[in-house]
Amino acid sequence: MTQSFRIENGGLINRDKKISFKFNGKNFFGYEGDTLASALIANGVHLIGRSFKYHRPRGFFGAGVDEPYAIVQLYRNGETEPNIKATEQELFQGLEAKSINCWPSVNFDVGAINNLLKMFLPAGFYYKTFMWPKSFWYKIYEPFIRKAAGLGTASIKHDKERYEHKYEYCDLLITGSGPSGLASAYSAAKNGAKVILAEDKSRFGGTLLTSEVNIGNQSGKDWADSIISELKEMPNVTVKNRSQVFGYYDHNMLVMSERISDHLPKTKKFHPKQRLWYIRAKEVLISSGSIERPIVFGNNDTPGVMLSSAAKEYMKVYGVLVGRKPLVFTNNDSGYETAIEFKKNGIDPIILDTRKEPQSEIIEEAKSMNIDIKNSYVVVAAKGYKKVKSADIAKISDDKEELGLIENIDCDCICVSGFWTPTIHLASQSGNKTKFNEDIDAFVPGISKQNEKTLGAANGIYTLEETLIDSFEKGNLLSKKITNNDNKISFPNVVEKKSTVHDKFWCVPLPKGKNYKRFLDFQNDVAVSDIEIALKEGYRSIEHVKRYTTLGMATDQGKTSNLNGLQLVSKIENKVVPSVGHTTFRPPYSPISIGAIVGREVGKHSKPTRKSPMHSWHEKNNAVFVDAGVWLRPRYYKRGNENLFEASKREAKNVRKNVGVCDVTTLGKIDIKGPDAAELLNRVYTNAWLKLPVGKARYGVMLREDGIVMDDGTTTRISENHYHMTTTTAQAANVLSHLEYYLQIVWPELNVNVVSTTEQWAGAAIAGPKSRDVLKKLFPLVDVSNEGLPFMGYVESELFGAKARIFRISFSGELAYEVNVESDNGNFMWEKILEVGEEFEIQPYGTEALSTLRIEMGHVAGSELDGRTIPYDNSLEGLVSKKKDFIGKRSLSRKAFIAEDRQKIVGVVPLDKKTSIPEGSHLVEDSRAPMPNPKIGYISASCWSVEYDNPFSLAILKDGKNMIGKKLYVMSPLKNKVIPVEVVSSHYVDPKGERVRS
Amino acid sequence: MLHIKCPHCGMRSQNEFSYGGDATVKRPELGKEISDQDWNNFVYNRKSLRGKHWELWQHLSGCRQWIKIQRDTATHEIFKTLKANEEIS
Ligand SMILES: [Zn+2]
Repeated sequence: MTQSFRIENGGLINRDKKISFKFNGKNFFGYEGDTLASALIANGVHLIGRSFKYHRPRGFFGAGVDEPYAIVQLYRNGETEPNIKATEQELFQGLEAKSINCWPSVNFDVGAINNLLKMFLPAGFYYKTFMWPKSFWYKIYEPFIRKAAGLGTASIKHDKERYEHKYEYCDLLITGSGPSGLASAYSAAKNGAKVILAEDKSRFGGTLLTSEVNIGNQSGKDWADSIISELKEMPNVTVKNRSQVFGYYDHNMLVMSERISDHLPKTKKFHPKQRLWYIRAKEVLISSGSIERPIVFGNNDTPGVMLSSAAKEYMKVYGVLVGRKPLVFTNNDSGYETAIEFKKNGIDPIILDTRKEPQSEIIEEAKSMNIDIKNSYVVVAAKGYKKVKSADIAKISDDKEELGLIENIDCDCICVSGFWTPTIHLASQSGNKTKFNEDIDAFVPGISKQNEKTLGAANGIYTLEETLIDSFEKGNLLSKKITNNDNKISFPNVVEKKSTVHDKFWCVPLPKGKNYKRFLDFQNDVAVSDIEIALKEGYRSIEHVKRYTTLGMATDQGKTSNLNGLQLVSKIENKVVPSVGHTTFRPPYSPISIGAIVGREVGKHSKPTRKSPMHSWHEKNNAVFVDAGVWLRPRYYKRGNENLFEASKREAKNVRKNVGVCDVTTLGKIDIKGPDAAELLNRVYTNAWLKLPVGKARYGVMLREDGIVMDDGTTTRISENHYHMTTTTAQAANVLSHLEYYLQIVWPELNVNVVSTTEQWAGAAIAGPKSRDVLKKLFPLVDVSNEGLPFMGYVESELFGAKARIFRISFSGELAYEVNVESDNGNFMWEKILEVGEEFEIQPYGTEALSTLRIEMGHVAGSELDGRTIPYDNSLEGLVSKKKDFIGKRSLSRKAFIAEDRQKIVGVVPLDKKTSIPEGSHLVEDSRAPMPNPKIGYISASCWSVEYDNPFSLAILKDGKNMIGKKLYVMSPLKNKVIPVEVVSSHYVDPKGERVRS
Repeated sequence: MLHIKCPHCGMRSQNEFSYGGDATVKRPELGKEISDQDWNNFVYNRKSLRGKHWELWQHLSGCRQWIKIQRDTATHEIFKTLKANEEIS
């Protein structure tokens, strides 16, 4: 293909570097510095996709972030990315892109049948259509809509690219490098302020790249280049291109996405693809410019109809003609600049100006170039299906209500200018209450809420001279406040052509007997008629109209459609635009990738992974791990072909028969010191703590103020004023915060310090009838007899030279000990235990066996202490002191908590002694009762009892204390199971607790 | 993301803190008789004000101190921060 629409010379592209790329399978060439859009237009490609609802042909409408049509599926380095704007995507060698929203192809589109059916797809079609019959939804409507509508396709592969986050502070953040951004950055930088200047596009300069102006003795573009290169040299300035500030959040924090590698064929090694900057700025200068708005007319979505500023940008920046027979349809002087640029490139444009007799320097120039100008003329409708072929035009009356005779003229593009809309998104996001400026027919920022000021076109200032004066001054003033420097800059002489006022005309009336679609929102296919229907159906609030019609809800967020939508609503409602108000601007300004939001926190980095000091031993010994909060714990140790069930059964059995060892390092540990430590424990736990002797441990339960169990664990008195508290793995952090809260806020008079020591100690639980034999070998100097170290006893000693703490506590219900050594000695301890335990047939056991052992003993854990149960429910009421007060005690006398039939923990065994009971199942009295079958309890934890070799579960059951011996049903609709069961005691094994004391 | 001045550490980002609710709530004294109504008010009932609000935050990933912050619940403006032992005035 030849680049038949490329101008011979000019533009800012590098013509020495040819770049090949593929679009919809066809090969093309462009130049370095092209966007995908400019390269396609250069090659005469104007059809790029299909519209969302009616599948009408779509071309190019803009040249940047405001583009509503040209979104493509991009293929780069073996990856694919959906919904990329062709107008923003820079061309790189080997780029591949495909149309989206076309099925089966862009030229033959099945969905275009929607276009013929458009009378059936009015406003609110999402809500009205595809509603009946219900059974059609999953099988017919949804798959069809997904295929025919929808946007691009997200990759289902793991994204191999790397995304980074960066936190930055600065004095001034300036968003946009047009004239206002450059001037303010320059004067602030000269005052020594720390400045970040962010430019969304690859080239700095904004409108200076396309306008015919002089600053000082330079052209606008040369001035921009020299300012940028000076700024880049300054150590207090960060200049970033391809970086869009897309969100303005609380306390002057803004987020910017920097596209580091998207313009390259492949991300460089060790480079991220994109970087998200979280910038806390003392002052923000919004210099985001303005976006040209369209004029609404019939079939104004036909490929070839585009913004006049875009047509100019394609010529001036990319050296590309958007057509050879252009029609410029304008209500202001901007269209003339585009026409002049066409003329300079040897093309004869025709200008249709809605104004009657406008006069200005720019218009004079156009006239002097013999450009054909038709005043009081409008485009009534574009003609042509896949590309504009001609236009129906007509004279319009002075009151803009009546059309004259329709004439048809040939053209291959229609460049539209309906004046300019300031880009106020960031100001609005910051909380600035925007106001309507009658002169420019658009909203501009009002009174600042945060430290933000808006400059230049974004503030509705459209002359270069005013913009520069204001921006130099603001940059100087704000930086002076911060740095106390005042380096005045001599203001350059500005040469620009004067323009005259625009015409507030924005929508061409329909000619008699014609029913052209006149589109407002080009991506979501929202036409004038849709808004009219919505208002007829009673929608009034602009927020409701937006949602009902989807106006402004596409990926371009209505950058070219919102204001015309408001004009229409206010016209029909007979209101003024400001009283209709605009919809809320929400970040991001333009779509950003999920990868950039997530940053490096993906895969195993999505949360921290904590490992015990014995982790590598577990790995080497075939441990299968399970997530326990942020910890990785061995679930079981696989031998041969064992599965989870077999391995955990073997491990648990071995604990009951011989001895096992379990890594309990993950248990939360809190060191508590101070003269009032016992008093704190006495207030925090439900049972009494003031008389616990040194060298003794005690089990305790703590509540929240609402009486619900918060956590449980043992606390040991190490010395007079020193305690060692353990918590469950999951609640460790919350318990520490809880203690800190009471010590700092509620009872600051208590003289106690608490600190987490979870990671300082490695822990091993040695459990089973032969555990004492193992202990004897580990600590030959310690009297570990039942008298020397009784149940709940504590001693300190050395384990082959390593300082060790020995607790006689048990979770498994067997005779058991817990040994703690400093973390660095954890692996040493672990290996020693296995070494000396070998003759007693010791085996390591994981969390699955641990659960089995505690469940059949009726010991409660996280699945019972689930934030819904009180001590009574867990049969822990014996630990609730009647004498003293403690956190949450007052709540325990609430009516529901003392009800006669209050829920209580029970055991549950299937009648057939075979069927496993799914956790979370419900307990009912009658399995055949009509739905909803009243639930009287739920299964909290299930295991296969190794003691009795049958399934056993714990359940929280209404009136549990009177239910022992009852026959009930377990129902699990999820697993489609109904299991007849018998209620038994929760203490299924060793109900008297003799083993732990043996 | 809010920017919070910890009275112990200085300006820090919100993600270092955790929220702790109304700072003006006083826990009833231990061991004292209290009506059901008063207890329920303490445990459950909060005003959920729009506007200036004294609240507790903990500088969880910093000094671990609980602090008092006067914040506008509608605009997120922060007016004052105090140490736990400083009285709200
Ligand atoms: Zn702090």
